[in-house]
Amino acid sequence: MNEDIVARIEANPKYHELVSKRNSFGILLSILMIINYYGYILLIAFNKQWLSTKLAAGWTMSIGVPLGIGVIIITIVLTNVYVRRANSEFDDLNAELIKEVTK
Amino acid sequence: MSRITTRQLLGLALGVVAAGGALAAGADLGTTQKQATNWVAIAMFAIFVAITLGITKWAAARTKTAADFYTAGGGITGFQNGLAIAGDYMSAASFLGISGLVFANGFDGLIFSIGWLVGWPVITFLMAERLRNLGKFTFADVAAYRFSQVPMRSFAATGSLVVVAFYMIAQMVGAGQLIKVLFGLDYTVAVVLVGVLMMCYVLFGGMTATTWVQIIKAIMLLAGATFLAVMVLLQFGFSPEALFTKAVEVHSKKDAIMGPGALIKDPVSAISVGMTLMFGTAGLPHILMRFFTVPNAKEARKSVGWATTWIGYFYILTFIIGFGAIVNLVPHPELYYVDGDLAKGLRGGGNMPAILLSEALGGNLFLGFISAVAFATILAVVAGLTLSGASAVSHDLYATVFKHGNADSASELRVSKITTLCLGIFAVFLGIAFEKENVAYMVMLAFAIACSANFPVLFMSVLWKDCTTKGAVAGGIVGLVLSVGLTIVSQSVWEAVLKNPKGSAWFPYSSPAIFSMTAAFVVIYLVSKMDTSAQAKLERSLYPAQKVRSETGLGAATASGH
Repeated sequence: MNEDIVARIEANPKYHELVSKRNSFGILLSILMIINYYGYILLIAFNKQWLSTKLAAGWTMSIGVPLGIGVIIITIVLTNVYVRRANSEFDDLNAELIKEVTK
Repeated sequence: MSRITTRQLLGLALGVVAAGGALAAGADLGTTQKQATNWVAIAMFAIFVAITLGITKWAAARTKTAADFYTAGGGITGFQNGLAIAGDYMSAASFLGISGLVFANGFDGLIFSIGWLVGWPVITFLMAERLRNLGKFTFADVAAYRFSQVPMRSFAATGSLVVVAFYMIAQMVGAGQLIKVLFGLDYTVAVVLVGVLMMCYVLFGGMTATTWVQIIKAIMLLAGATFLAVMVLLQFGFSPEALFTKAVEVHSKKDAIMGPGALIKDPVSAISVGMTLMFGTAGLPHILMRFFTVPNAKEARKSVGWATTWIGYFYILTFIIGFGAIVNLVPHPELYYVDGDLAKGLRGGGNMPAILLSEALGGNLFLGFISAVAFATILAVVAGLTLSGASAVSHDLYATVFKHGNADSASELRVSKITTLCLGIFAVFLGIAFEKENVAYMVMLAFAIACSANFPVLFMSVLWKDCTTKGAVAGGIVGLVLSVGLTIVSQSVWEAVLKNPKGSAWFPYSSPAIFSMTAAFVVIYLVSKMDTSAQAKLERSLYPAQKVRSETGLGAATASGH
């Protein structure tokens, strides 16, 4: 890749739009993921009692079980949300950018 | 490779399986029922071996260049690669170990399995597309992109090999122990068998064969686990609540299995273990390598999306399987426990709940299938590890460090095949040497090194413009030394392996990551900041071009056209 193309890409506002949009989306989802996982872990570390509480009177299932399964499902959903948006919106923007600088 | 050699190999491998089985049949006359079961398992496994060696033969014809060997020519689709990553990552330890943990402690098993999943979003959001855009064959390509090649590659290859070595020992010892129980084969025979088959896949079929072995294994494992979980839920009219109620009724720990127990001790350990798993996954060389097998960033993202989905789904299944084992095995000690005595534990030990449950629910045939899946699982994981170890040696050390980038594809390929052979022999040797050792800490140590040495270097070199070779290498070495050193003086090695008195371990936490990974980042930052050499100046000036390529994929290595 030559210096010229790098300079043209850096001068193109679409490049900065792509980088800032995609990176801030990635960072946002990373923060959500950290809250999702560490929230659960710290809950276990600090409040085991509450997680063992039954879902409702007479139930065997504790609050911790659906929450734990929920952490897994949220992890799957967040990952796929990123993949979907990056593969459509961000990749389209990327394709436009490359078309502009290489024409 | 010619037609005849593959046939001979296939015959040889099947011969070894058959001979091993015959040995086992004559070895222990006391447990006739177990032998009959083993033959079904061996037959199932032989079918798997026959199919995968057939694929290896097909793959061998397409493995002509170094690119074919390392990355299957970059022609794997996102969906296929997702399955292969899942196959690479879902080890026998996570299938048998986590369901065993759920069987023993209930809820704690769920906490553990969540930990093994949370590294995937990190890879997705921060690494996958950048890896694909910057790299070609190994993660060192990415870490060393704008840096001084010799020191960076030497460090990255060391980091890769150390991680691969610990991960490999754990797998080989696990393989020997597991196969001893499942198939009745001798420990040494089992380890040699794993070594020989794994070398066949990698040596002749390279990444193409390894990928398909991993895909087939992932499908078998997911199908088997789904069947088990559905059969369990069917017993309770698909009501998890009914399943839990019955489990609490029969389990010796009663209601305690529905809440967190002793797995998470103190908050520091909790966070440290969490960091190890979350960021360690993004530093595992055999996982990172899989991102170079797809044609572009779009497919790289798709692979990680699919991988996360399958792995997450699989961990939900292991939770159900563990509870299913409680309700199906505990009420029948006469069938599943040593001497029919609950106090003496399950036949074959603590990793057996999923296996015994498959016998309870699907009879001999399904027991054989699940046992074969467990064996296949180990093969797929060790094949991936060997390939990444071989590429670290041939691509990073041989081609770049010793030949300064002037090695041709043919000689690089030759070196990687010789290395594969050496690693295979080395793995068998270590597997036998560590037979009686406690290796429980090794997978966690591999993750700790990956997150303390490989991940910070990769992360900073790609995302921080002021990072320099000196900073990255210094920080990486600090992370490597600290993660290994602190693990040695922690309870899991100091007391459990080195037999020092209880309570004498100097490092009180379950994982070093919170200190070692932080230290690596700090050292990378400080040393890079202080680095005012001309080389550092050059490296910083190369950052914009690297960033453009990592973000846009312009100039990225392309598929080699199959």
